[in-house]
Amino acid sequence: MRPSARRWLPLAVLLAVGLVGCAPEGGGGVQSTKMGTITSRGKLICGVDGSLPGFSFVGSDGTYSGLDVDVCKAMAAALFGDPGKVEYRNLNSSERFAALASGEVDLLSRNTTMTLSRDAAGGNALSFAPPTFYDGQGVMVPTASGITTLKALAGKPICVESGTTTELNLADRMREQNIPYTPLKFQTGDQTYAAYLQGRCVAVTSDRSQLAGKRSSFPQPDAHTLLPDVMSKEPLAPATVNADPVWADAVRWTVNTLFQAEELGITKANIAAKVAEAKANPNQADLRRFLGVEGEFGKQLGLPADFVPKIIAAVGNYGEIFDRNVGPGSRLKLDRGVNRQWKEGGLIYSPPFR
Amino acid sequence: MARSPSVGPSPAPGLVTPVPWWRHRRVVPWVVQGAVALTVLVVVAFLLGNLIRNLTAAGLLLTWNWLGQPAGFDISETLLPFNAELPYWRGLAAGLVNTLRVVITGLVGSTLVGTLLGMASFSGNALLRGLTRTYVEVVRNIPLLLQLVFWYFVVFLSLPNGTAALQLPGVVLAKSGLYLAGFGDGLHWIGPQLQNGVWQAPLRLSVEFGALLTGLIAYTAAFIAEVVRGGIAAVPKGQWEAASSLGLSWWQTLIKVVLPQALRVIVPGLNTQFISLAKNSSLAVAVGYTDLYSVAETTLNQTGRAVEVVLLLLGTYLALDLFISLLMNGLNRLVQIRER
Repeated sequence: MRPSARRWLPLAVLLAVGLVGCAPEGGGGVQSTKMGTITSRGKLICGVDGSLPGFSFVGSDGTYSGLDVDVCKAMAAALFGDPGKVEYRNLNSSERFAALASGEVDLLSRNTTMTLSRDAAGGNALSFAPPTFYDGQGVMVPTASGITTLKALAGKPICVESGTTTELNLADRMREQNIPYTPLKFQTGDQTYAAYLQGRCVAVTSDRSQLAGKRSSFPQPDAHTLLPDVMSKEPLAPATVNADPVWADAVRWTVNTLFQAEELGITKANIAAKVAEAKANPNQADLRRFLGVEGEFGKQLGLPADFVPKIIAAVGNYGEIFDRNVGPGSRLKLDRGVNRQWKEGGLIYSPPFR
Repeated sequence: MARSPSVGPSPAPGLVTPVPWWRHRRVVPWVVQGAVALTVLVVVAFLLGNLIRNLTAAGLLLTWNWLGQPAGFDISETLLPFNAELPYWRGLAAGLVNTLRVVITGLVGSTLVGTLLGMASFSGNALLRGLTRTYVEVVRNIPLLLQLVFWYFVVFLSLPNGTAALQLPGVVLAKSGLYLAGFGDGLHWIGPQLQNGVWQAPLRLSVEFGALLTGLIAYTAAFIAEVVRGGIAAVPKGQWEAASSLGLSWWQTLIKVVLPQALRVIVPGLNTQFISLAKNSSLAVAVGYTDLYSVAETTLNQTGRAVEVVLLLLGTYLALDLFISLLMNGLNRLVQIRER
């Protein structure tokens, strides 16, 4: 789509909401309009960023990869048993909610911060799955600038993507500390980082993981430094709309599956053995329920009975996804930090599968 | 006189069979237009009803209270003072003023450049003529967004920064903007100064504004040049010949004889170009200039009041363009020949 056309997308989408109308109310039980639509379509439409290494990035061969992308794949695996049945839509920060609200995408897995106003029915009316990455806002500067504190940014231009929580947090923090600054706002991340690399801004601010991801794709990653200041909490979570709670639950428990599998030590490599083990040992009730050998968790969510083994076989558990995309196995080399399992003092915690 | 019932194939001369109403010359247009109007009304009513019904169902019925809420974001470059504590409507007003600033300077600039280009295409100098034609053809055929990105990222952001900036007495052109000397506090004449690695001056134009303005002027001027060329070409050749036989130079002929007559053809065409420029100014967001569209987009994202914000945007751009049209129609009446 041409950028100029994209700019009016929110309007088009709004009109579409008005014209097409909301989907009829979902009935009781596991009747989800959205899931019906996805199933009959035969593929999941997932809204991603598409230009953010580690989270969602289109490779030179046209394939998508990243932590956000793996959530899409996990959802497709849960629904269809095939992680490839996903159509990705690249959305910028301004388009994303309108695209989700209008049903243009089924699931938004696009480094989106969960906030009260985005969750509330009177706000953006989204329904968030558990955060898949706990982040914080940071500031990146060229190492050569010698800037090490926020104070040193006084009076200087700072590049920021418009329509993000980042933009507001920046205004709040600078106001708190009485630091005058010049925000330069761009509509897309690509424009923001291009202006920063061209030297128009002395600093660029965004989620720390995003800064690290972008830095890894710069010509000289070492020439840029992240300031130690963490300006906000940014829990990045997949989102669906409030209107379809059945679909929202399916997404929520797909994410929880990734967390729970890591906690239980179930990996992409050993999933087949674990399923065999569960089938052979009737006394391992927890494992049998989790893997869908007994019980009807899948049915209750409107998913196949063996959705858990399908997800893990497709993308692995949360730890594997993290390591592969943003951790030691990637160019970003981010530390697990607060994104460790709760048993190791982190925030990754799945409610019980029972 | 009583008519005898005529059953023959051809009625008697002078005898007119009454036309049935559905073929009547006066009735048919009414029926057709009425049907079209009714269809349009029904469709619009259906769409509006649907929109309102769905917005109500989603709990998003139009409200305007949010306009008074603190905006919470900053704008880097404003003529109206603005900060994060002021309400959204003040932010939108500041954005509108920024839009007007680029539209007004753009209109003046593109008219001047476009007129000169249009006149140059009638020059006796083949080189000048050729250059003008090439410029118009190249610029007209490249998308404006691409040109703006070119001006901003390739031209303006390649300017040197800090101490390496281009400096003339009273003027500094750096990567961050154009700085001009002026009167500071207490009417002291102050030139641009480098403070803490940042240029400071009484008058400052950012490169974002510069790139947008340059891009809009360069693009619109090419179209205006064509309008002007068309207007000049519409003046009969005899006027040129008559003027030159009176001893007027090329320039005098153009300014005193040809252009005044060409204006009648030029003005209506200019109207379209001016309106386009006003609308195209909303591409500012691509080069980081905080215009009305940019502020509205941030507002839309922060408040979630998409329908209201888009309605405001539509209304504002419509009003702006209608106002330009009004002015141009007035100008058009001034330059028309008055029949006596």
